[in-house]
Amino acid sequence: MAENQWPLWEVFIRSKQGLDHKHAGSLHAADAQMAIENARDVYTRRMEGVSIWVVESKYVHASSPDDATSFYEPANDKVYRHPTFYDLPDELKHM
Amino acid sequence: MSVQDLEKIFQDKIDADIRIEPKDWMPDAYRKTLIRQMSQHAHSEIVGMLPEANWITRAPTLRRKATLIAKVQDEAGHGLYLYAATETLGAGREELLEQLHTGKAKYSSIFNYPTLTWADMGAIGWLVDGAAIMNQVPLCRASYGPYARAMVRICKEESFHQRQGFEILLTLSKGSAGQRRMCQDAIDRWWWPSVMMFGPNDDASPHTAQSMQWKIKRFSNDELRQRFVDICAEQVKILGMTIPDPDLKWNEQRQHYDFGAIDWDEFWNVVKGNGPCNKERLAARVRAHEEGAWVREAATAHAEKRELKKDRA
Repeated sequence: MAENQWPLWEVFIRSKQGLDHKHAGSLHAADAQMAIENARDVYTRRMEGVSIWVVESKYVHASSPDDATSFYEPANDKVYRHPTFYDLPDELKHM
Repeated sequence: MSVQDLEKIFQDKIDADIRIEPKDWMPDAYRKTLIRQMSQHAHSEIVGMLPEANWITRAPTLRRKATLIAKVQDEAGHGLYLYAATETLGAGREELLEQLHTGKAKYSSIFNYPTLTWADMGAIGWLVDGAAIMNQVPLCRASYGPYARAMVRICKEESFHQRQGFEILLTLSKGSAGQRRMCQDAIDRWWWPSVMMFGPNDDASPHTAQSMQWKIKRFSNDELRQRFVDICAEQVKILGMTIPDPDLKWNEQRQHYDFGAIDWDEFWNVVKGNGPCNKERLAARVRAHEEGAWVREAATAHAEKRELKKDRA
């Protein structure tokens, strides 16, 4: 089987305990174990990670950039969700 | 929405320094230009492993050997970051490799020069990686998100490459008369090809304006070249060596170094495939790919077998 049939994987790396896994990039591999090993060699050569997730790219579903305006519209007029929206006297401490 | 509207939105985003991401609308020409530019860069990283790998078994100490292996491994990593980023534009990995192997795609001409002595490992680190960094740092702000992110990663790692190269030359420059000669000889041979790495003069570089408007190029070839010459002209003094250019002279008025004329015939000759190592490099790359076929097949077979075992369990 040719190389082009190796699926594409998205790589997520946790840089240290307590932090989120963050998208690092992608690579091709025959299976999950190989993807993790390749991710180690490609993305953590300088101790950049303590944990790796790989997900086959075809399983990632994404929102569409074309709909971004309307998709995020519901949050646009709700400034009252932010603490700074509320008008309080300066004397009020510890809040 | 009409194409004109889409193009306007696209350019407005770029003007506002908002990155373009893979699923965003982009003009075909932008996509095509990026695929060419990024894959050329990826190919350069991969072919760039060859001249240095040539010295791994003959590195003078274990420290130098470990360093050189790490550096060559980095180049492979850089190639992969860039191939992966190029694939987000819809180009297939197999297709990109095919273009490299058939000679349809170019890679940096610098790698078509031979590495004749150990000092070349130093000169490549100092000059070739130095020129590459000069080109690459501005690309960390390129308009295409995956490209910019790959470049950030690459630039972080590239700095060690340049420093280890300069250290090699510095060590030789403090050595025997023979070692000093070797050091100067490597600088003499790598200087002009490195200066040429920035590409043709601005007036002979017709795509620069468009690429700058798209922010996939942030400074012109001549601007970056001048910066490189200015920096190296000072650094070479620390080595006690000279740059092989009788016209290299500080220009008080310009506050830059003037330098001699570039042999563009040589440049185009190497680009067209007639450099000292073009055929050798391409042949080595094709051979590596073909001889690696069984490894790829074995990995696939192994993955299938493991999958089957899992199903049975």
